[in-house]
Amino acid sequence: MSQQPINIQRLSQPVQMPDEIATFSPKVEAEIDRHLAKYPVMRSAILPLMFIVQRERGYLDPPGVSYLAKRLNLRITDIWEVATFYSMLHLKPIGKYHIQVCKTLSCKLLGSDKITQLCVKKLGIKVGEMTADGRFSLSEVECLGSCGTAPMFQINFDYHENLTAEKVDQILESLA
Amino acid sequence: MFIGAIGCEPLQLRRVHLENSRWLDVYRRNGGYEAIKKVLDTMSPDDVINEMKKSALRGRGGAGFPTGMKWSFVPKDSPKAKYVVCNADESEPGTFKDRYLMERDPHMLIEGILIAAYALGAKTNYIYTRGEYKYLIDIMDVALDEARAAGLLGNKILGSDFSCEIYTHTGAGAYICGEETALLSSLEGMRGHPRMKPPFPAISGLYASPTVVNNVETLTAVPDIIKMGGEAYQKLGTEKSGGTKLWAVSGHVNQPGVYELPMGYDDMEKFIMEDCGGIANGKQLKAVIPGGSSVYIMRADQIIGKDVRMDYEGLVAGGSMVGSGGFIVMDETVDIFESTKNLTEFYKHESCGWCTPCREGTDWLVKIFKRIENGGGRPEDAQLLLDICDNIEGKSFCPLGDAAAWPIQSAVKRFPEDFEKHLVNNSRGESKHKGELL
Ligand SMILES: Cc1cc2nc3c(=O)[nH]c(=O)nc-3n(C[C@H](O)[C@H](O)[C@H](O)COP(=O)(O)O)c2cc1C
Ligand code: SF4
Ligand code: FES
Repeated sequence: MSQQPINIQRLSQPVQMPDEIATFSPKVEAEIDRHLAKYPVMRSAILPLMFIVQRERGYLDPPGVSYLAKRLNLRITDIWEVATFYSMLHLKPIGKYHIQVCKTLSCKLLGSDKITQLCVKKLGIKVGEMTADGRFSLSEVECLGSCGTAPMFQINFDYHENLTAEKVDQILESLA
Repeated sequence: MFIGAIGCEPLQLRRVHLENSRWLDVYRRNGGYEAIKKVLDTMSPDDVINEMKKSALRGRGGAGFPTGMKWSFVPKDSPKAKYVVCNADESEPGTFKDRYLMERDPHMLIEGILIAAYALGAKTNYIYTRGEYKYLIDIMDVALDEARAAGLLGNKILGSDFSCEIYTHTGAGAYICGEETALLSSLEGMRGHPRMKPPFPAISGLYASPTVVNNVETLTAVPDIIKMGGEAYQKLGTEKSGGTKLWAVSGHVNQPGVYELPMGYDDMEKFIMEDCGGIANGKQLKAVIPGGSSVYIMRADQIIGKDVRMDYEGLVAGGSMVGSGGFIVMDETVDIFESTKNLTEFYKHESCGWCTPCREGTDWLVKIFKRIENGGGRPEDAQLLLDICDNIEGKSFCPLGDAAAWPIQSAVKRFPEDFEKHLVNNSRGESKHKGELL
C-alpha cells in the first residue's frame, strides 16, 4: 500500500495521555455550569467551553483538553476532532494580542495588503508567526463582517475598522 | 458608514439611530413587544403561520425560501421537542447586515424568535452566532437577561400559558457552519459538516427533532409582519418578494453601508450612482457582486441603463441573485482575475473537506490561479478553470461547492479579457510549465 504520509505530528498529539488535568477557579466553574445548563445534550457545550479554556490558559493545551474531555464525558480524541475543525480554536500558543487582518475581497479592494505589510514591518514577524516575547501574533483571516468599514483587523475579540497607516501605528504602539 | 432606508420608511432599521436603542425600555417605548402580546392574546399558532404566508417573506440568509411555508413543514403532532435556531453566522464575504440588527436592536430579534417559537411550539431556542462576533453575543445575553427579568422570556410569558427559553451559542470560525445542517452539527458539538437533506431540519434537525433555522433578518421581520398584517407587509415589496430587504454595500462606493430598500427597488444603477454616492475617486464602475461572494458577478453594462430591479426575480433576470444581500462594488482598476482568485482562496479555506469534488476542486483551482499569477498562464487555462468548476457544481455534497464554482464561471465568461491578459503574452508561460499537471 502506497499512501501519502499524513501529518503524523498533528494526529499523534491527541493520543498522548497527558498526566495533568487543568483546574479552574470556582467562578470559572460556575460559568461552565451555566453553559452546560443551556443544552439537553452536554456535548453541545463544547465550543463555549473551549473558548473558556482558551481564555484561561492561552490556548487549548493538553491539560485543558483533558479537562474538557473529563467535564464533557468524552474521549480526548473527540475534543481534538472538534478543535481541529474551527479556525478560532488554537492548538498552540498565540500572542497575548492576536492580530487577525481580514484579507477577503472587500477589504482587499480597500488595501488590506498594506495593512498586513504594516504589521509585518512593525512587529518584525511574518504572517502566521509570533513575536519572541509572546506579545503579538499575526494572521490573515477571511471576511469578519466589517466589509463596509474596510480595511480592518480584529485584535483578540476587538474590531478595529476603517484602518489607515496612522491608525495601525497608533493601535500597535498602544499595545506594545 | 451609512445605515438607513431609501425608497421606503425604515422598518428593520427603524430604531437603529435611537439613543440606547439596544435597551428594553427604548424598544418598548417604540413599539417593541406589542407583536408578541398581540400573538399571545389573539392568535393561534396557525394564525401566525398564515400571516407569515401572506407576507411573502422569503428567507434572508441566502436561499430565499418562503418563511411561512418553511414553518408549515414542522409537524404539529410530533411528540418530540421542537427548536427554533437563529442563524447569526453571517460569514458570507460582503455581508454585514445581521451584525447591525443585533448590535442596535437585539430585542427585535428576541421578539421575532418568540413569535416563531409560539407558532411552532418550540420551548428551547438558540441563536448561533459566529465566534468572531463575541461582542454581539454579549449584547444578546444582556438583552435576554432583560427580557427574562421583565417576564418576556421563561415561564408563562406575559402571563399567558406560553413558556420558552432562548440561549446564545457561539461558533468558532467556520463559514460552512452558516449552512443550516452544518450549523446543527456544530450546535450538537460536532465538527461542522453538513448533513444529507432530506430529511430537512423541519422534520429532523437539532437532536433529530423538528427544527426551523432562520436568518437574523428573517426573524427580525416577524414582529412587524404580525403588527401590520402579512398583506400590508407584502405590499411594501412585490408579489413574490414581500417587504423590505437590507443590502450591505462595500467596495468602491463613496458611501458604503447597510441600506434598507423595498423589495423591487428600481433600479440598481440609481442605487449605486445616487443612493450609495457613486463610485469613489471619480472612477468608472466595472463590476458588482450583488448578493454576497457566492452569486454571479455582473458587468457594468449589465447594470447601466438596464433598470435592474432589486428583488429575487429582478436580479435573476439581470443575471445574478439576491443571495445574502452583500453588495460588493468594484471600479475600473480592479482586475477580475485577481478578485476571483481572492474569492477562490476563500472557498478553498472554508471547504469543510467532507466531499471530494469541493475539497480537491477548490484546492486545485487555487493552485491554477497561483500558477497563472506567477506568470505560468496558458491559453487553455480559462477552459481548464471552467472544466474544474463543472466537476464541482452540482456534484458536491452541499451548496458550498456550487458557491465556489459560480463566481469563477461567471467571471471567466463575463470578463474574458481580464483572464486572457494573464494567459497570453507572458514570457515565462508555456514552456516553463509544460508537462506539469497544474
Ligand atoms: C455555505 C453556506 C453558508 C451559509 N451561510 C449562512 C449564514 O451565514 N447566515 C444565514 O442566515 N444563512 C446562511 N446560509 C443559508 C442557510 O443554509 C439557510 O438557508 C438559512 O439560514 C435559512 O434561513 P432563512 O430561510 O431565514 O434564509 C448558508 C448556506 C450555505 C450553503
Ligand atoms: S461541498 Fe464542500 S463544504 Fe459542502 S460538504 Fe462538500 S466539502 Fe464540505
Ligand atoms: S471582506 Fe473584510 S470584513 Fe468582509
